[in-house]
Amino acid sequence: MATEAARRGFVLRESLGRWDVKLSPYLFISPFFVVFALVGLFPLLYTGWVSVHAWDLLGGEQGWAGSGNFAFVLGQRQFWVALRNTLSIFLLSAVPQLLVATAIAAALDTNLRNKTFWRMSVLLPFVVMPVAVTLIFGSMFGERYGLVNRTLADIGLGPIRWHTDPLASHIAIATMVNFRWTGYNALILLAGMQAIPRDLYEAATIDGATWLRRFFRITVPQLRPTLIFVIITATIGGLQIFDEPRLYDQNGLGGEDQQWMTMTIYLYKLGWTQLNFGRAAAVAWLLFLVVVAIGLVNLAITRRIATSEERAT
Amino acid sequence: MSVLATLNQRRAQARIEQRPGAAVYAFLAVILAASLFPFYWSFLIGSGDAGTLSDTGMSWIPGGNFLANARSVMDNESVNFWRALGNSVVVSSVISISVVFFSTLAGFAFAKLRFRGQHGLLVFIIGTMCVPTQLSVVPLFIAMSTFGWTGTLGAVIVPGLVTAFGVFWMTQYIAQSLPDELVEAARIDGASLFQTFLHIAVPAARPAAAMLALFTFIMSWTNFFWPFIVLNQSNPTLPVALATLQANYFVDYSIVLAGVLLATVPLLVLFVFAGRQLIEGIMRGAIKG
Repeated sequence: MATEAARRGFVLRESLGRWDVKLSPYLFISPFFVVFALVGLFPLLYTGWVSVHAWDLLGGEQGWAGSGNFAFVLGQRQFWVALRNTLSIFLLSAVPQLLVATAIAAALDTNLRNKTFWRMSVLLPFVVMPVAVTLIFGSMFGERYGLVNRTLADIGLGPIRWHTDPLASHIAIATMVNFRWTGYNALILLAGMQAIPRDLYEAATIDGATWLRRFFRITVPQLRPTLIFVIITATIGGLQIFDEPRLYDQNGLGGEDQQWMTMTIYLYKLGWTQLNFGRAAAVAWLLFLVVVAIGLVNLAITRRIATSEERAT
Repeated sequence: MSVLATLNQRRAQARIEQRPGAAVYAFLAVILAASLFPFYWSFLIGSGDAGTLSDTGMSWIPGGNFLANARSVMDNESVNFWRALGNSVVVSSVISISVVFFSTLAGFAFAKLRFRGQHGLLVFIIGTMCVPTQLSVVPLFIAMSTFGWTGTLGAVIVPGLVTAFGVFWMTQYIAQSLPDELVEAARIDGASLFQTFLHIAVPAARPAAAMLALFTFIMSWTNFFWPFIVLNQSNPTLPVALATLQANYFVDYSIVLAGVLLATVPLLVLFVFAGRQLIEGIMRGAIKG
């Protein structure tokens, strides 16, 4: 009797155990998929649906629009200006940032005193929210009284119209992005540099290679995976830029003549000031396409640079 | 051969002992100055008055108005500073705890359990990291207004409850640092998978969990776009409140920059105490990613 109960208990536990092994893994990973389905996948499909409908913030769906929203958006001068501004700000931030970050990483990769201190000093700007960075730098880039123009005047240069000239405004905004992200990317590149086998350098040193030569012939090609990672994340983040241009002036719509109106500002303007969600969704999809296109271009460039350098060695 | 080996060894030691030249320190000092200057500038303007920014003979020594300016920020009714601070603490804490818990759970499953479709599902999760958030903003907003969630913290918290990055990060760490034998031993002892997770995986994953928590906290503290869209002035997070502050006081930058400093102090304190872990986390994530 007792053994019968024990046997039954054992069977029960065994079958529970089997279900546990089969089902639990899926339960454990389900939270991600539930949240993703709700706030990722559903919105993604829904964006597609909204983008082909006339849609009003207050009235909701107003009927089928087909490619009308896309045609409208693509026919607007503002869209192309926004695309230009986004790419310009992206290039002005990504390129100098990557160069300076690589230089910082190379400096941190030496046998410094107080390593942690220097690493922390480089990362410090990362804890300042972009909104705060923009307000701080915005006060330096004033056209009449700004610190930057005053300093320029001191060394005999004319004032730059930071809030009027498109390129100048892009440089100011790119400076804000660079302030926050250069050190962060430097640490990632530093980690990549430290993973490079040291005997590669030893061999090159014995062969009499200079520091500069070692850097371009060993460090840069070996850093390729890290560089790709940094460039791809910078692309995805950079092309969606919103916080900085939004707070660059108090109106937040990208300047009187759309000098610094980016794609996301345009999306916001269509959706939340003109209350046209269909068109905003169309811009969202177009932005996605731009991100993918630029991402692929970057990948191709990085691959070429790195392999040609590898061939040279 | 042995001569060459000792020669190599000596070279390696020389490399370890060799300190960089003054130029390297000078370069890093310039970067340090560039990191610090905006903080000093904010305090300089934030401790002045409405005329400080436009004063051509501006002094480089801070004035005495910081507390008065800070008070103007806190007392402003439309800025809602204290409420924003509280909301930021709640949102960032809840999101951090949730991301760490769910990511560790999923990371344990991906790293140590075997199930059908495992590899494909992990690749899918990593793939979702490449989809820009902007793409889902419009429908997410429509959904939130349909549920009547706009203006509530839930609208900010729910989309951040678990992230692809977190799952990826914990999977990597647990796969490396938790020996399979420990998991098997717990299973032989009759522990269920969830018990194994709680008693074996969680303690092993603690260092990575701390870094993930820190990183997630900073990301949600500084996040502006979505909270700005879905919240309103009366119930903001700090970045949203700063935007209101700028709109109200754009002529008086001393008050705006005093507010900027107030909103930055909490993360600065966190950075002082946990900066090392943050650096370690960023660098560790980079090699794997």
